[in-house]
Amino acid sequence: MTGNGRLDAREVRRDFPIFENNPGLVFLDSGASAQKPRQVIDAVAEFYRRDYANIHRGVYRLSARSTELYEAARETVRRFLNAPDAREIVFVRNATEAINLVAAAWGATFLRSGDEILITELEHHANIVPWQMLRDRLGCRLVVAPIDETGGLDLAALEARIGPRTRLIAVTHLANAIGTLVPVESIARLARKAGAKLLVDGSQAAPRLPVDVQAIGCDFYVFTGHKTYGPTGAGVLWARRELLESMPPYQTGGDMILEVTFEKTTFQEPPARFEAGTPDIAAVVGLARALEYIESLGRSAVLAHEEALTGYGVDRLSSMPGVRLVGAGQRRLAILSFEVEGIHPHDLATVLDRNGVAVRAGHHCAQPLMEKLGLAATTRASLGVYNDESDIDALGAAIRDAQRMFG
Amino acid sequence: MDLRDLYQDIILDHGRHPRNFGKLEHPSHFAHGHNPLCGDKITVYLTVAGDRIEDVKFEGRGCAISTASSSLMTEVLKGKTIADANQLFRSFHAKVTGGAAPPLSEALEEDADRLDPLTGVKAYPVRVKCATLPWHAVQAALEEGAVGKTVKTE
Repeated sequence: MTGNGRLDAREVRRDFPIFENNPGLVFLDSGASAQKPRQVIDAVAEFYRRDYANIHRGVYRLSARSTELYEAARETVRRFLNAPDAREIVFVRNATEAINLVAAAWGATFLRSGDEILITELEHHANIVPWQMLRDRLGCRLVVAPIDETGGLDLAALEARIGPRTRLIAVTHLANAIGTLVPVESIARLARKAGAKLLVDGSQAAPRLPVDVQAIGCDFYVFTGHKTYGPTGAGVLWARRELLESMPPYQTGGDMILEVTFEKTTFQEPPARFEAGTPDIAAVVGLARALEYIESLGRSAVLAHEEALTGYGVDRLSSMPGVRLVGAGQRRLAILSFEVEGIHPHDLATVLDRNGVAVRAGHHCAQPLMEKLGLAATTRASLGVYNDESDIDALGAAIRDAQRMFG
Repeated sequence: MDLRDLYQDIILDHGRHPRNFGKLEHPSHFAHGHNPLCGDKITVYLTVAGDRIEDVKFEGRGCAISTASSSLMTEVLKGKTIADANQLFRSFHAKVTGGAAPPLSEALEEDADRLDPLTGVKAYPVRVKCATLPWHAVQAALEEGAVGKTVKTE
């Protein structure tokens, strides 16, 4: 950490072998997936080398050790989210699966025809499509709260869309396509007042903000491990214990039962009830290590770092002729979505890549939002703990290179 | 590979100032091409009389590669028979994907050569679809019984 409470990105970068193996790489696509520190890579490799066996099954000591590591990861996630109880942590593959689990197990059980699910225009497809499917199956209504002209969530407009049939509000914590930070605490108060449940998609927020599910006051919080510097294949659903207890299984099979006869099956208590079959044990162990890594950097230092760098990026890009940042409302964090006049995002991304700058170009799995903004696609630079001002400067220089070519 | 092998002057020129850009009011055939990866959408319109393409235009929004490819495609397809168009597509497809080039009748060689500036995409696998999108749309438009069909690149 440096004196001003920020990270020393050059030091952090030394933890990430990808940069050693790809000299000159300017990686600005952590919003799609973050790179992995050697602490995580080593934890996964060491787990396979020393401790691996299937969990919750074996009588032998190795299986007990593997189970202990897997369950210790649950406690690490609990601490990371400040959840009251580790039994409220369900391991899934990713945030998409977590949302599908809530839709299938909670939604299909407790929602009725005519009930309303409220989402926002900022959502990723993963927080739209599962609710559409549920709507079509149950005859619910899917209500969409609009953004304002600055790209921020219009809280008053959201409140106006809450009605007596609103049963669930599902919102992103940090909008993946344009970087809008959503006031989820305020939305939680509105949800509670209306007697609705609140699901927060923390995929972009978890790696960047100190997350406290009790302080937020939500009912479900989901995030994916691979964006929090962990391996692919492990994600998290947190839900209040009484909700999990009221929910039927999502998938069924091994490891989630108490007793099976051919007549009847009794299911395990949560979280085991929702973890059918052998999970990606090593990815869960790696995820815990990744969360510890973020904690070791200091979560407020990570936030301060990304905030400062976001400010630098906004200043830098908005001072460039022909570059237009796509609005993110009052508060933007870590995600800079922009257009360059006369250059298609795909062409721009190709030129940036040849300059060693990795960004995302496209609709960012948020087509309804792009439609609302009147854009087919944007170019998106997203930040991680290993980025610093030199990366933003490299982005700026590469944009200028593209402008020279296409100008 | 140098970027200018991909973005040759002729590509930049056709990307900025596409030829045959616009809508045909009464096309005999048309189809939409959609690249879900980047959101590019184009529509190709054809007027076919007998087996000959009398006119062809396109409209939509896309990157420099797909716009230039559409533009160059309309230039070479105008006046060709459907069989010629199919030959040119197969030859173009082979060039941009690095596949084996099928035999091409001598009369079409010059037209096929005019598409060569696009072969730079071969070195950029994710961009090959940008170049082939308009051609796939033409194929879809000419398919028997197809009216306003949409083809996707994936």
